Amino acid sequence: MTTLDLTPAPGAAPLSRMVLAQTGAEIRATLRNGEQLLLTLIIPVLLLVGFSAAPLVNVGGGSRVDFVTPGVLALAVMSTAFTGQAIATGFERRYGVLKRLGATPLSRTGLMLAKTLAVVAVEALQIAILCVVALVLGWSPTGSPFAAALLLLLGTAAFSGLGLLMAGTLRAEATLAGANLVYLVLLGCGGVVFPLSVFPDSVEPALRLLPISALTGGLRSVLTSGAGLPLGAVLVLVAWAALTLGLASRTFRWE
Amino acid sequence: MESPAVEISDLVKRYGRTTAIDGLTLGAARGAVTAILGPNGAGKTSTIEICEGFRKADGGTVRVLGLDPSRPELRARVGVMPQAGGVPPAARCGEWLRLMSRFHAHPLDPAALLERLGLSEHARTPYRRMSGGQQQRVSLAASVIGRPELVFLDEPTAGLDPQARHACWELVGDLRAAGVSVVLTTHHMDEAEKLSDRVVIIDRGRVVADGTPASLTGAERQLRFRARPGLALDELLTALPSGSAAKESPSGHYIIEGQVVPELLATVTTWCAAEGVTADDLSIERRTLEDVFLELTGRELR
Repeated sequence: MTTLDLTPAPGAAPLSRMVLAQTGAEIRATLRNGEQLLLTLIIPVLLLVGFSAAPLVNVGGGSRVDFVTPGVLALAVMSTAFTGQAIATGFERRYGVLKRLGATPLSRTGLMLAKTLAVVAVEALQIAILCVVALVLGWSPTGSPFAAALLLLLGTAAFSGLGLLMAGTLRAEATLAGANLVYLVLLGCGGVVFPLSVFPDSVEPALRLLPISALTGGLRSVLTSGAGLPLGAVLVLVAWAALTLGLASRTFRWE
Repeated sequence: MESPAVEISDLVKRYGRTTAIDGLTLGAARGAVTAILGPNGAGKTSTIEICEGFRKADGGTVRVLGLDPSRPELRARVGVMPQAGGVPPAARCGEWLRLMSRFHAHPLDPAALLERLGLSEHARTPYRRMSGGQQQRVSLAASVIGRPELVFLDEPTAGLDPQARHACWELVGDLRAAGVSVVLTTHHMDEAEKLSDRVVIIDRGRVVADGTPASLTGAERQLRFRARPGLALDELLTALPSGSAAKESPSGHYIIEGQVVPELLATVTTWCAAEGVTADDLSIERRTLEDVFLELTGRELR
């Protein structure tokens, strides 16, 4: 039998090692989860290919892939930062994982940092795959990649806040149902594949204030029209991020 | 002077209108194994969870290694095994332990720990596919992986088969030998008696007995045997020296208390012969912790 040296030698690992270890665990868990992959990769790729190839919506002139790609990139961010994170975190809370991690030297700040890094890493993978598919389909992006990246990061913050707000307050099953429902509603009403102009004039201005519309609209104005950083979209996303992250940090229950 | 592993005084915890812990005072010495016993709902888990910093006390003071339980530096010094859960169902147990080890400066080798607890073959098994006993062992392993000074084990052997239970006992023994302080809760009296330096029995949120297993069970010995239920003990009592007591508890199990001298044994066996009874498992022993426990906390179901 192996002898173990159980003599006390307590000590926390350096923060960077703890955060990287937790980030790796979070990424592995996401990539191994079939339902999660359906939401984060398969659905966005299918929408990108389907709506770019077939004349399903009137995009008003321009190339269909140029219209659809920014919407699908926004959807990818929403699926990971919001839906995936809400469901995963909700169940971690329910299974006592958040509580158990709270008894390790990894602080809550460290855990949140790891979750954020994992979300960003998975998004980078999604965006890389979607960009390759879009380029194959003839996508010709213009505009500043930095402006697009900033919008994607702000969108990540806003959707993470929304996801953590649900995960930290609702039961895990309610989070599962709610996060999927919100995903579908925002997919339909957020300008992802249908332009907002298909909606009646009375509701369109309200829809523009949704985080998904701000992200799709902002990305489209940069990547399709080559505009500079769209301040309206930035403002909407910053407001959502501040509101949801602020509320989440006040209401989050760890068990 | 080094502060005790755990020091609790006048602890109060309420959930709504229920008082779960009602002025509880106890201490656990460094380098010793302290067992907290009590019926379901006695307040064991609440007490442990307050020590672990998971719950806030409504009154009284708690010091863990001399510090307030909420202090972050305790997270590295204290190992925790919750009663259930705490591991993502999809996580492979080897990966989970490696992750836990990366949070610590001088962790145990996860592979060696898995081998020690008989889990090597299951290193790649997701937690949800493991049996309850295997899951318990993963949780136990995670509690000691950071080489803590103090571990809290909440019902570490619940649901374990005998082999796994012995492996757990052995690990607790080794922790103690290595100078680690252990505080555990249990329902198994034999476990408390075998493992611990000190036993604290709590009931309805208060300490009802506290001492070494030997001091709780007392020096007094008793004679026990099994026979068919319903024997007429009155007759026996008249034959026994005054001050002796005889009872049937539970049915078919007889206990004779008093000065256990050779004459007592002779009287009992003579009486058995006269009754035409063969006394099975006839033995002279001290009261067990279970006797003490049932005496203090009653027999009714909670």
